[in-house]
Amino acid sequence: MVKLTVNGTSRSFDGDDDMPLLWYLRDELRLTGTRFGCGAGLCGACTVHVEGQAVRACQTQMSALQGKRVTTIEGLSPNGTHPVQRAWEQHNVAQCGYCQTGQIMQAVAMLQQTPKPTDADIDRVMAGNVCRCGTYQRIRAAIKSAANGGRS
Amino acid sequence: MTRVASERRERTTGAERGAGAPALRQAQGVVSLSNHASAGVGGSGGAKPPGNEMSRVENVSRRQFLHGIATTGAFVLAARVLPSSLLAGQEPAFRTQAESSPLNPSVYLGIRPDGTVFIVTHRSEMGTGIRTTLPQVAADELDADWSRVTIEQGIGDTRYGDQNTDGSRSIRDFYEAFRHAGAAARAMLVTAAAAQWGVPDSACITRNHQVVHQPTGRTLDYGALVPAAAKLTVPKGESVRFKDRTAWKFVGKDTATYDQKDIVTGKAQFGLDVFRDGMVHASVEHPPVLGGTVRSVDDAAAKKVRGVQQTVTLDTFKPPHGFQALGGVAVVGDNTWAVLKGRRQLKVEWNDGPHASFSSEPFKKELVATVAKTGKVHRNLGNVDAEFAKGGKVVEATYYTPMAAHASMEPPAAVADVQGNKAIVWAPTQNPQAVQDTVAAALGIDKKNVEVHVTLLGGGFGRKSKPDYCAEAAILSKKLGKPVKVIWTREDDIRHDYYHSDAAVYHKASVDGRGKPTAWLQRSAFPPIASTFAAGVSEPASFELDLGLIDLPYDIANIRAENGPAGAHVRIGWFRSVCNIFHAFAAHSFADELAQAARRDSLEFMLDMLGPGKVLDLKGQGANYSNYGAPYDKHPVDTRRLRRVLEVAGERSGWAKRKSGAGRGLGIAAHRSFNTYVASVVEVEVDGKGAVKVPAVHMVVDAGVIVNPDRVRAQMEGSAVMGIGFARSAEITAVAGRIEQSNFHQFQVARMNDAPVQVHVHLVDSTAPPTGVGEPGLPPVLPAFTNAIFAATGKRVRELPLSKTKLV
Repeated sequence: MVKLTVNGTSRSFDGDDDMPLLWYLRDELRLTGTRFGCGAGLCGACTVHVEGQAVRACQTQMSALQGKRVTTIEGLSPNGTHPVQRAWEQHNVAQCGYCQTGQIMQAVAMLQQTPKPTDADIDRVMAGNVCRCGTYQRIRAAIKSAANGGRS
Repeated sequence: MTRVASERRERTTGAERGAGAPALRQAQGVVSLSNHASAGVGGSGGAKPPGNEMSRVENVSRRQFLHGIATTGAFVLAARVLPSSLLAGQEPAFRTQAESSPLNPSVYLGIRPDGTVFIVTHRSEMGTGIRTTLPQVAADELDADWSRVTIEQGIGDTRYGDQNTDGSRSIRDFYEAFRHAGAAARAMLVTAAAAQWGVPDSACITRNHQVVHQPTGRTLDYGALVPAAAKLTVPKGESVRFKDRTAWKFVGKDTATYDQKDIVTGKAQFGLDVFRDGMVHASVEHPPVLGGTVRSVDDAAAKKVRGVQQTVTLDTFKPPHGFQALGGVAVVGDNTWAVLKGRRQLKVEWNDGPHASFSSEPFKKELVATVAKTGKVHRNLGNVDAEFAKGGKVVEATYYTPMAAHASMEPPAAVADVQGNKAIVWAPTQNPQAVQDTVAAALGIDKKNVEVHVTLLGGGFGRKSKPDYCAEAAILSKKLGKPVKVIWTREDDIRHDYYHSDAAVYHKASVDGRGKPTAWLQRSAFPPIASTFAAGVSEPASFELDLGLIDLPYDIANIRAENGPAGAHVRIGWFRSVCNIFHAFAAHSFADELAQAARRDSLEFMLDMLGPGKVLDLKGQGANYSNYGAPYDKHPVDTRRLRRVLEVAGERSGWAKRKSGAGRGLGIAAHRSFNTYVASVVEVEVDGKGAVKVPAVHMVVDAGVIVNPDRVRAQMEGSAVMGIGFARSAEITAVAGRIEQSNFHQFQVARMNDAPVQVHVHLVDSTAPPTGVGEPGLPPVLPAFTNAIFAATGKRVRELPLSKTKLV
């Protein structure tokens, strides 16, 4: 039995120990904002926060989450009001939108550690998140905007 | 059968949006998400967790497609049907809110007495913004208050007309229909108001969801007029007057993507997000070689995996494969993880079949050898051979580009619920009517009994026009008697795609004293899309050659376009911009090679080759040119527009003032595809180790009237990123019929750190009829990129991906 907290709610899990957090979130809790992209830690679409750190949910087994606090895109803010979410809307970043929840979770974690990221910081951290539509320019602009208190 | 509301909407206030931005959004609930966990805000801080820390066609119009395929007699798609009524007396299985509204002048639009306007987008949203853009057109003619517009997604239904969302033609083909829907409703509302006031229609105008009696200033809200307007006859055809361009309020204005809020909050629903009561999950181990069959299955270990219920062996398709399921062995279980884990325990032996002889390296040599020989002639202007025989200076080059996978971020997935002779499918599909056809054929039921709900698509790029994955879900649901979700893994997606074909293209030109071509021969060979619909075909359908081969735009007296045969050993399909990718890469690389051979400036040379510009008379030259399914008089190949985008690209990039060499360079190319004209200037920096950076790309687009400039810019930005990524690293290869790549570590796509840093987009102001932008941005980017590398290093890239060429 794994006890954990997801978006502030206590949860217990008694399924397969090696089930990745991704499928627990999606199939069991129906928190579908965490996306499946590669299942191998190569694309970042499933990025969530565990204890405030960005992790790939597809590479995080449930057995490793005893007592941990998990935050998904659904729990990031009430009504999508996190400054990074607002910046994403302001820049109309998304095309298909599939990868963007992972991008946002990664960006939020980066800004917590590096409030004023340089272009090199953004390249280094965000290179793990693939966007096949190619919205990188707007992602970069939105991150800088969020880092700058909402100003572009 | 319980009817589940296909769409659940909610509105938010304008305050949630930026100033001036539309206030609407949709909580797009394709299906109810029962057991939805309550969401709160999680904690932060603490120890570092486990887990990885990688911060590491009808693309082609349907008509032309049919034309091309019909000659093979092998595959019949549903004919293009303009909106018509369902069979008399038959209640539609599913009703949109638009058609449930009292005022419903069009399948695309309805208005309720509370004034809510429902606009149905029947084209699929895969990232182009079409779900926002088409409604903008109708809302503009309606003079609606955008905050009172609710957008619905149409199900698969021929009443909407064509729904195959590819070929960059949603705006081109449906702009008028959506204008008409809005304008007809507006006219009815005006007539209703005028009657109520006892005044002539001509005394009334509309203003933001109200009819205004001009002389007195009296107003009536659209909602209040709905009951009376609903009794009026819907005005038809040319009796409907469109707004003057100066009065447009949404068309030509940046409009926020309707689903943006749902996307950033995780509420947006893609195909994988559909859950149904009683649903089981399934994932299919496909034959590693196309057409292979199951020889034996040992599923004992798989069935021991917790949550695995059973396995199901699926028949391999009967050729041609078309959109049929591939076959293989499905693992069925309680949840996604169980079936993925079960698949790893599955032991399957396969009969590979004849395609096991296919390997990319020898196949590439065959393609290159094919284009060295005379092929079948598809355009012949003047006499190329006579010009070559004069013995003047000749330039020639052969180019090769490999296979590529679509790799949309959301892999194929679908949910099907088959009960008796009826099926309901929820899928991220570009073509819900093809889903109806495919599922009906797979189950042996009537197409009208297949109801297809279109979710948002996590990317498409052409892959999701082919509903093989929907057929799998339907077949399994029928066998199991319950709803089934089929999920493809990334490995399935990359190993079993409908691939963009590998291609060899040969160019040869004789040139005059200034280096300008006097004769130009081009010849391509590639496994054709036609092979997907007719087994064993090695010649392309005619439309495939219209994508950048026979429409060479340069004003040269002698031109010949040829194509040589190439068999297909994997599924070939259309990928964003299709054959334009390799045809444009070769043609515009060669144009640059000619300029370099003449020691002339590339831009000046390309403009000189275009001449003053004109409408090309391809038909007069005997070419059977399908023009992306568009009427040629409305959308001709007009090389003046190509000149214009080149000239503007030169101005915007500062072309004339920039010096190339010593590791820095600019490259340029312009290409017309999908009736849209795009020029690209790419800037590169190549360091001493041969690493290539792209500080900037300039994209200039002439797509006629622009509906949503922000989304056009977004498509150009994305095309630049995809184009650079494609040239850098896109490569799918096969050995013994098996695809060698499996995931993003092998099939690499553009990432933040190697994408162009800045993409500058310039939209040419135009009153030409609107055309699409989803695909035309891609073709010129690749040659502009490799032309820039030549400018920077003197190394000519004739083969992709870029890693094949040593730059230092």
